[in-house]
Amino acid sequence: MTEWIELGPVAAVPRRGARCVTTPGGKIAVFRTAEDQIYAIENRCPHKGGPLAEGIVHGRHVTCPLHNWVFDLSTGEAQGADEGRVRTFPVRVENGLISIAPDVLMQIAAE
Amino acid sequence: MDLLAEFSAPAQATRTEKLVVIGAGMASGRALEHIFEETPGRFEVTLFGSEPRGNYNRLMLSPVLGGEKEYEQIITHDTAWYERHGVKTRFGETITGIDRQRKVVISKAGETPYDRLIIATGSAPFIIPLPGKDLPGVMVFRDLDDVNAMVEAAQRPNPKAVVIGGGLLGLEAAAALRLRGMEVVVLHIMGHVMDRQLDPAAGYLLQRDLEKRGIKVHCTAQTKAILGENCVEAVALDDGTTYGADIVVMAAGIRPETRLAVDAGLHVERGIVVNDQMVTSDPDILALGECVEHERVVYGLVAPLYDQAKVLAKTLAKQDAAFRPVQTATQLKVTGVSVYSAGDFADAEDREEIVLRDAASGIYKRVVLKDNKILGAVLYGETGDGPWFYDMLRKGTDTTELRDTLIFGQAYQGGAALDPMAAVAALPDDAEICGCNGVCKGKITGAITGMGLTDLDRVRAHTKASASCGSCTHLVEKLMAITLGDAYNPAAVKPLCPCTDYDHGAVRRLIVAKGLKSIPEVMQELEWKTSCGCAKCRPALNYYLVAEWPGEYEDDGQSRFINERVHANIQKDGTYSVVPRMWGGMTNPKELRAIADVADKFNIPAVKVTGGQRIDLLGVKKEDLPGVWADLNAAGMMSGAAYAKGLRTVKTCVGSDWCRFGTQDSTGFGIRLEKYLWGAWTPAKLKLAVSGCPRNCAEATCKDIGVICIDSGYDIHFAGAAGLDIKGTELLGHADSEDEALEIIAALTQLYREQGYYLERIYKWAKRVGIDTIKAAVIEDGAKRKQLFDRFAYSQQFAQVDPWEERVNGKDAHEFAAMAEFGFPVAAE
Ligand code: SRM
Ligand SMILES: Cc1cc2nc3c(=O)[nH]c(=O)nc-3n(C[C@H](O)[C@H](O)[C@H](O)COP(=O)(O)OP(=O)(O)OC[C@H]3O[C@@H](n4cnc5c(N)ncnc54)[C@H](O)[C@@H]3O)c2cc1C
Ligand code: SF4
Ligand code: FES
Repeated sequence: MTEWIELGPVAAVPRRGARCVTTPGGKIAVFRTAEDQIYAIENRCPHKGGPLAEGIVHGRHVTCPLHNWVFDLSTGEAQGADEGRVRTFPVRVENGLISIAPDVLMQIAAE
Repeated sequence: MDLLAEFSAPAQATRTEKLVVIGAGMASGRALEHIFEETPGRFEVTLFGSEPRGNYNRLMLSPVLGGEKEYEQIITHDTAWYERHGVKTRFGETITGIDRQRKVVISKAGETPYDRLIIATGSAPFIIPLPGKDLPGVMVFRDLDDVNAMVEAAQRPNPKAVVIGGGLLGLEAAAALRLRGMEVVVLHIMGHVMDRQLDPAAGYLLQRDLEKRGIKVHCTAQTKAILGENCVEAVALDDGTTYGADIVVMAAGIRPETRLAVDAGLHVERGIVVNDQMVTSDPDILALGECVEHERVVYGLVAPLYDQAKVLAKTLAKQDAAFRPVQTATQLKVTGVSVYSAGDFADAEDREEIVLRDAASGIYKRVVLKDNKILGAVLYGETGDGPWFYDMLRKGTDTTELRDTLIFGQAYQGGAALDPMAAVAALPDDAEICGCNGVCKGKITGAITGMGLTDLDRVRAHTKASASCGSCTHLVEKLMAITLGDAYNPAAVKPLCPCTDYDHGAVRRLIVAKGLKSIPEVMQELEWKTSCGCAKCRPALNYYLVAEWPGEYEDDGQSRFINERVHANIQKDGTYSVVPRMWGGMTNPKELRAIADVADKFNIPAVKVTGGQRIDLLGVKKEDLPGVWADLNAAGMMSGAAYAKGLRTVKTCVGSDWCRFGTQDSTGFGIRLEKYLWGAWTPAKLKLAVSGCPRNCAEATCKDIGVICIDSGYDIHFAGAAGLDIKGTELLGHADSEDEALEIIAALTQLYREQGYYLERIYKWAKRVGIDTIKAAVIEDGAKRKQLFDRFAYSQQFAQVDPWEERVNGKDAHEFAAMAEFGFPVAAE
């Protein structure tokens, strides 16, 4: 199996916040909840492209900074009346380090 | 063949084997008990332990440290026990090597052969590699020797301890040292104590209780160094804080003690890897306890280790048994504090949470469910139901039937469903409803029927119930509903957001009445229905706390909208706009040149004059923001706060300096106002204007606050609107001098800061509370105006910090840099 690719320590992402990882195919937003759950999603709101990493994080959700759509970080589904879905990526945390599946980067690069 | 021979025959078939055990800790003690039960007489046991004593109950070291127990009371295996089972004890002897070829263990005293070997070396405390970590006085909390050293230190005059680590162990140490009379500070790197076991809400309650005992808790503490010449004297943090210390207790975590296994070439990852039978990669060597890793998990609590001990004994007895991963439950052993945490309580997909908070008695309970089964539970203040939840969690019990009353605990199950109405109706007439004003139930119901009161405000006016802090409002409302039946039509309370039943007004009132000083505190005391709030309530709460507790409350950036977090306005394409302040709309060639240079240097695509008399640089990349600000700062410009729910602009006209009609120095006064008010956070944005005469070129009569200069002084207007709504201002009053005008305007701003609901512009606030009450406070009542003015002035000390400069100097650096950057992946990788 290929090695997972390390993104950085959990502590580099603020609680109830996010940081971005840049790839040739666009940005991935890495979120950390109040309870230290880590999620990664595409940093592009399906509504009008808002940078989701800049939104307010509450519970397992983020509110888009541009027009307040709310997304579930684990499924990528828009909540409430809004319809849409943002791409999610598998990440894992070990020894306080976040890493992402290598094929994700390959895939994004290929797109 | 004699009888004896016949009986001893089977024993010979399974001749006694030499079993050597390394480590006389909790896991090996329990394992030996099972071994002697399963296979009596089969093994000849030699037990090595580094500590100069036998097995004892390590968990109970906390009460020993606190002086609540003696060491003798926590011994689990005494000399008689070892003798009875023929255990050769070699205490005070550390094993330094294992030779697997020759099957011997090595110690100072020489070699000891084994047929089967058990490694149970536990863990070693993790020492953070800080400067000063080797100074005398730096201690750990793992065994009795550590406890004795700490007890001795506590006997000095005015002893001080700093505990690094606010986890289970660190907090138990802190509480125990406090019991010994030490002054104790706990430094914890995360945002709340016991973050591995508790969610932030319960962490907050725990911190509050510890602080009540006189333990200082400092969260998000980055320890920089331990200071001292010949021994520990103090601990310094990154933020510049230092705490004096006679001892420093490192309780920052533990590492599985695997050195022997690594040297012996066994398979070791984080711990010594064992299979379900507790056998290591060498079939003759078994291992258990904190030093092992099973299915990638290393355990740090005894319950799973006891399971391991059972399995290990069965394996040695050649019986089938398998260790399976278990969920653990934790309780903090600090007398008088009840915390319970079990399982996995993080929020995640498909999970639901049930939260119960009782502010009056400091209770917080949260159960996390998935497919109606309990995954985890956090209990604070009342933990009696912990084992009940834990039991259902372990058994995977379906809770559908119990669902509605689950959170109320076991006692409610099987009984009638809870009806809060019935509970209130059942209260006796002399039950106290309003604690602030001492109003009992009979008085309220009497007033309702006797005086025909049908709305809450009149009940308040006549009985004083719920007229102070308001936390009994829901009880009073229930009494009204019970007494009036259908005739009661509750005034529609518009909750702040779905996380709470309180409206903005109640939340603001209660923050003051109860002295609530942090977001978790508000959420707990006001019984929030979610654990972490939402994008609506968190910014509002953050503002209310900033406004109420200047200098005390620490702003929560993660509860601010992106613009206020990065001090620039986000644009539709994710870039930002930057608007530097131009005091009163005045600028000069130097500023204009700097703006032009910045636009060139950072390839800023658009430069625009705004409707607020200043210049907007649009399309700045986020990572360029600090660079842009540094250059603007260098030219003397600071943030124009074009993004803030706070002071924006003070527009001016040229006034008496140049204009043939100008009556006063409108430009100068505008600049003075802007310099006085900048930095202030307000419920919604705040825009001012000063016009030099009633021709009003600065459009002051559609602003939040507008000044029209006239010969005799200054007419102060307010509550105008020119955005979503159009509305001319109201006249607030007249001032004879600039100083008086400034005092009135600052007092008005402060009153708005204290009463406005989050996102409510001045004109809406004025409409809600009434123009007359505002006039009364800031114009007619001179004393009140002065108080408002003083409060505003006080709060400005903390507010007037240029956020750009702070960030140029490195604050929130993580906001402006990517976490990682990847080019095209190399195929050959
Ligand atoms: C830049 C500017 C337009 C311009 O190019 O001139 C502007 C730009 C924006 N205005 Fe404005 N307003 C600007 C002057 C005004 C004015 C005129 C004034 O201040 O004299 C008004 C009417 C007065 C008022 O404030 O009500 C105005 C009424 C609004 C409103 C409606 C507010 C309301 O309560 O009615 C919004 C929306 C809001 O705040 O929710 C708004 C919101 C915005 C936002 C912040 C939209 C947003 O949320 O992203 C725009 C930010 C663009 C940016 O990045 O700079 N802007 N906006 C002006 C900046 C002034 C400054 O120097 O700070
Ligand atoms: C103060 C305190 C409070 C705790 N409270 C709780 C609690 O409330 N609940 C809970 O579940 N858990 C608690 N724990 C954790 C619990 O004590 C441990 O999980 C448990 O003791 C681990 O058992 P063990 O046998 O693996 O290791 P240990 O009990 O640490 O035993 C290992 C022994 O091996 C010895 N040793 C190591 N290397 C060698 C060597 N080379 N040669 C000879 N001997 C060696 C060590 O000296 C030690 O005596 C607490 C721990 C501490 C320190
Ligand atoms: S109309 Fe405007 S510019 Fe003219 S005097 Fe009055 S304030 Fe000055
Ligand atoms: S772009 Fe995200 S809500 Fe519109």
